[in-house]
Amino acid sequence: MSVRARPTSPHLQIYRWTVTMAMSILHRMTGIANYAGMALLAVWLLAAALGQDAVTQVNYIFGSWFGQLVLFGFTWSLVHHMCGGLRHFVWDTAAMMEPDQREAIAWATIIASVIITLLIWTLFVWMA
Amino acid sequence: MAELTLRKADQPQKGKTWPKPEGATRLREFHVYRYDPDKADNPRIDTYFVDLDNCGPMILDALLYIKNNTDPTLTLRRSCREGICGSCSMNINGLNTLACTKGMDDSSGPIKIYPLPHMPVVKDLVPDLTNFYAQHRAIEPWLKTTSPTPEKEWTQSVENRAKLDGLYECILCACCSTSCPSYWWNGEKYLGPAALLQAYRWLIDSRDETQPERLDNLEDPFKLYRCHTIMNCAKVCPKGLNPAKAIAQIKKMMVERKAA
Repeated sequence: MSVRARPTSPHLQIYRWTVTMAMSILHRMTGIANYAGMALLAVWLLAAALGQDAVTQVNYIFGSWFGQLVLFGFTWSLVHHMCGGLRHFVWDTAAMMEPDQREAIAWATIIASVIITLLIWTLFVWMA
Repeated sequence: MAELTLRKADQPQKGKTWPKPEGATRLREFHVYRYDPDKADNPRIDTYFVDLDNCGPMILDALLYIKNNTDPTLTLRRSCREGICGSCSMNINGLNTLACTKGMDDSSGPIKIYPLPHMPVVKDLVPDLTNFYAQHRAIEPWLKTTSPTPEKEWTQSVENRAKLDGLYECILCACCSTSCPSYWWNGEKYLGPAALLQAYRWLIDSRDETQPERLDNLEDPFKLYRCHTIMNCAKVCPKGLNPAKAIAQIKKMMVERKAA
C-alpha cells in the first residue's frame, strides 16, 4: 500500500510559456480588468448627472498622473480584449491555425493593441 | 476552481547530486524529477551527469545511460525508441515531447526533465494515464454503423480516406492533453485535445453512420467547450498533428447543424 497520496506533477511552475498561451491568459485578464474600467466610466457618468462640482472632482482625480495611468491602462485593456476577440473570431472559423499562422496572429494581437492604444491617446489626449 | 499552485507535499525539493562518470570529458547535466511511492517524502529533483562520448544523441539515450550506469532506480516508460509507441512522453525543458525523438543538442545547459504536467505521478517519470485512456474510450473510437454489414468490407473513396490524414496518426502519448491549461484545471470533465482529435477523426469518417449521436455526446459545457484555443496542444504534438484545429472543426459542425 502507498504511504502517501500520489503527487500531482508540476505544471504552471515548469511549463515554458508560449505566445498563444500568454495571449489566452491576457484575454482573460483584460476581460476582468474591463469590468473595473467600466466602473470608472460609471463613476464619471454618475458625477456628470450629479452636477458641476462632482464632475470637477472626478475630472481632477482622472486627470492626475495616476488617473491618467489607469485610464491609459484601461484603454489598452479594452483594445487588447477587442483584438483578442477578433483573433478568436478568426480561429472559430478554423482558419489561421497552422504553426506559423497561429504564432503570427497571437503576436499581431499584442502588437496591434499597443499601436492602436498609442494612436488613440495621441489623437484624443496628447494632441487634443 | 483552478489550483494554480502545487500542494505542499507535492512540491519538488532539491535532491541528490549523483557522481560524475569517471574519465568522461564531455558531460551533460540533467535535472530529473524523482518520486518514490514507497516513501512519504516530497518529490525531489536529482542531478545526473551523462558522458556524451558513451551515449546516443537522444534524451531517451541519456535517461537509459543514467539508468544503466548511475542510478538503476530511475523509472520511466519506453518501448519503441522511434516515436511510434508514445510511451516515453514527458516534459523536457518546459515542453512536452517524446524523449526518444528529442535530441540533446536541441538545447544548451542542464536539461530539465519532469513527468507530463498536472498528472498523478505513479513513480518518477511515470504518470497515471487511467483518466486519459477512459476519455479516449468515451468518444467511442470505432466504426459505428446501422446499415447491414457489407459482405467484404466498408469501402471508402480515396478523397474521403484522405480526410483522415493528420488525424489517424495519433499515438496517444498524451503530450497534447497534458500541455493544455484547460485540461489541467478541468481534466475530469473536459475531454482534452487527444480524445477530441479522435472524436473528430470518427465524426468525419465517411463510413461512420452515427455522426448526429457523436455530436450529441459532445454537446456539453465541459467535454468540448473548455477548449479556449490556447494552442499548446498543436505546438507540442510530436507527430505534428493539430488537435486545436480538429476541435475548431467540431465546434463548427455544432454550429452548422444548429443552423441547418
